[in-house]
Amino acid sequence: MSTATSQPRSASTPARSSQHGAKPGAQPSTQPNSKKAAARARSRWASPALVWGTVIVSFFVLLALLAPVFTLITGNDPYQEHRELLGSSSVPTGFGGGISAQHWFGVTPLRGVDVFSIVSYGAQVSLGIGLASTVISTLLGLAIGLLAGYFPGVVDALLSRTMDVFFGFPFLIFAIALSAVIPSSFPRPLLLILVLGFFGWPGTARLMRAQTLTLRERDYTTAALVMGASPWHILRYEILPGLLPLLIVRTTLAIPGRIGSEAALSFLGVGINPPTPSWGRAISDAVNWALVDPMYLIFPGMALFLVTFGFNLLGDGLSDALDPRKGEKA
Amino acid sequence: MATDSTREPLLTVSHVSIGFDGTPVTHDVHFSLFPGTITALVGESGSGKSVSAMALAHLDPSQAEVSGQAFLGSNTTLNILDNTLDQASLQKLRGGQIGVVFQEPMTAFNPLMTLGKQVEESLIYHQPKLSKQERKEAVLHAFEAVRLPQPERIFTAHPHELSGGQLQRVMIAMAIINNPSIIIADEPTTALDVTTQKAILQLLEGLARERHLAILIITHDMGVVWEAAQYVYVMQKGRIVEEGSTRQIFTAPTHPYTRMLLDAVPKLTVDSESEASPTADSQAPALVQLEHVSLSYSHRAQAKLALHDISLRIGAGETLALVGESGAGKTTIGKVISGQLTPQQGTVLIGGDNLAGLKGKKLRQARSSIGFVFQNSSSALVPTKTIGWSIAEPLLVEESLGGTKLSSQQRRERVEELMKHVGLDPALASRFPYQLSGGQRQRVGIARAIALRPKLLIADEPTSSLDVTVQKRVLDLLRTLQQEYGYACLFITHDLGIVQEVAHNLAVIKSGEIVEQGSVSEVLAHPRHAYTRTLLDASPRIDISAR
Repeated sequence: MSTATSQPRSASTPARSSQHGAKPGAQPSTQPNSKKAAARARSRWASPALVWGTVIVSFFVLLALLAPVFTLITGNDPYQEHRELLGSSSVPTGFGGGISAQHWFGVTPLRGVDVFSIVSYGAQVSLGIGLASTVISTLLGLAIGLLAGYFPGVVDALLSRTMDVFFGFPFLIFAIALSAVIPSSFPRPLLLILVLGFFGWPGTARLMRAQTLTLRERDYTTAALVMGASPWHILRYEILPGLLPLLIVRTTLAIPGRIGSEAALSFLGVGINPPTPSWGRAISDAVNWALVDPMYLIFPGMALFLVTFGFNLLGDGLSDALDPRKGEKA
Repeated sequence: MATDSTREPLLTVSHVSIGFDGTPVTHDVHFSLFPGTITALVGESGSGKSVSAMALAHLDPSQAEVSGQAFLGSNTTLNILDNTLDQASLQKLRGGQIGVVFQEPMTAFNPLMTLGKQVEESLIYHQPKLSKQERKEAVLHAFEAVRLPQPERIFTAHPHELSGGQLQRVMIAMAIINNPSIIIADEPTTALDVTTQKAILQLLEGLARERHLAILIITHDMGVVWEAAQYVYVMQKGRIVEEGSTRQIFTAPTHPYTRMLLDAVPKLTVDSESEASPTADSQAPALVQLEHVSLSYSHRAQAKLALHDISLRIGAGETLALVGESGAGKTTIGKVISGQLTPQQGTVLIGGDNLAGLKGKKLRQARSSIGFVFQNSSSALVPTKTIGWSIAEPLLVEESLGGTKLSSQQRRERVEELMKHVGLDPALASRFPYQLSGGQRQRVGIARAIALRPKLLIADEPTSSLDVTVQKRVLDLLRTLQQEYGYACLFITHDLGIVQEVAHNLAVIKSGEIVEQGSVSEVLAHPRHAYTRTLLDASPRIDISAR
């Protein structure tokens, strides 16, 4: 019945919205209509959010990868000082903090380091740490969430309480304390990856556990169980495919959070050590100069904002595109 | 009868065509509603019956393109289908002149608001001058009109405190509270038990008579039409293919589609000399044996038992129909037999094995001799896998249980063979579940269930979400396959009507207890328990001579 998809125009009459999809095979639109379906699939994968998210994220990935190439072109690196470009009181002379053909984003106050190099090499650090720590937390979260969701009782209780502990843990204080304790010979980026990765999993795990709990109750899981399938078979064929869309979206949305955390830790002075360029540390530096040289704050700040925005767009777009039921009714 | 030409119709609808994205869904639909008469618009899913009716209350999907005329009474100046109607006249129309009753009473109410408040809401819109006290009286009055017990209590109750049938009455009260002349009821009883269905239909009949209401019932169920309607429009693929008085339609259907709909209605023949239902060979060795099984979902000692002292027996190759209303424990029994639930008391023997005593691989092996067909064909298939994969899944499982390894070629052949067996085109193997119709999906479910040549097939309401013509074909399929594969079958259903078509034996369950069991013909002809008789009375029986 085609009204199964109807949206009442007014809220004053009892709404049937919860009926969507309640009647299997009831809508004529579910009849195979490959052309329309293909067109719909195309339009899902071409949503503005997905396209722009991909564009922005690819831009930053390229920026990070091509940082050494830019160094070859302009001859700048994020370490070399150009004090000759600084005027009185160590503020860069010229328009917009010393923007010129050689220094695209100008130079920093006080030391005269090229800001474009800081942003492009900083992208390597930010994206690298963001992606690597997200991989760790996603894998941990998936494995722990699956086990907790599929094996109720002792396993679930143990894993869920562990999640609670990690949730309640004052992450920032712990990270600051850790950076004071760990000898400075230990590579900082690796430390950040591990800290962010090992504190990032409980959110994913909780989500995966909840989703696993609902997928276990699905009829098709029961069907497999009644067939005599092993837990491994059910996890592999019934549960995991149902988790993947959610996991992909969750992962994409988690990356900007990690990048932000890295920036925050570097801002606080417990992240990446100088002189390695980092957006967070650049922003923290630039805050002191914001009134006399605002561009020094704006360039790394915009980079951080844009990459976060780009990943969020990408995640939103993916979540729409991966759910075949979304958009079909629109 | 509605054909009485001396009476003025309350609503005349003509030339209604509705389309989506330029594709027409209905063509030139027409019907008239008369005071004091129940008119039925009958057809299968997707025939366009609901969109046509809902367009009258402007409740059709907003992107629908509607054209045509609908006039209230003799007023031919106001076309209520006009898209340019302003909000005020639309509100006056909806709820004021046309009341609407929906299919799912359980989900149509706001769970956080008292029912009194929700019914009152439409009074606030339509009769804003009423004082608070007057409004409450009007609501209580409407509750009495729909024969709800203790209106005062229901006024302050929340939706979860009422049964489905009671909620449907509240919805009807809501529809009539502003004294509309027309009620549109969209599958008003589909979500209800058969005994409740009968009461709701009687209520609608009474309201039509007493209040001179014109009621339009949209349904796919010829049984409902027979019980309630005086005039019928049959709709197929967006067109009205036949119309006439109920008697005419049932005694002398002219259109082949009407005949097909009527043929597909399960006939409940209760005369004792009727042709015997598939004869039960009671000497068949017991494949399933439940002895004094009791089960409770809670561990508290005083908790209510979901199953109470159940003893059942299914012989090899026989079908036992388990009949009862929702919540009676039918599905729980299915879960106990398939080893998903372990009862606290009693023994469950499948082919002599006690499932409760098995663990790990042994348990899985025992389970693989049981096939399961689900009620909801769409949720029973992994949405991200193809049909072919779903049918092959049991073969994969069997391999992991130590069965012979099949090459992917052999597996494909088995899948093809199974698909042919259940009447599916093997070319569909690469399709995804959402690309199939409900009937096709249910066939996939059956193919998967019989893939391992099970000794027992558990079918939990396998046809209740299907159209009646599709239901007939699926039941036929289950019967032919049983002859071929020789499995025993536990057929769970709430519909006594289809029992005769599939089962040898019948067990009637009520509130977790089996109240009666025996061979189908015996129980239907001589029901001993009062509850069986209630069920029998309530199931729609099309008996032309009685009318």
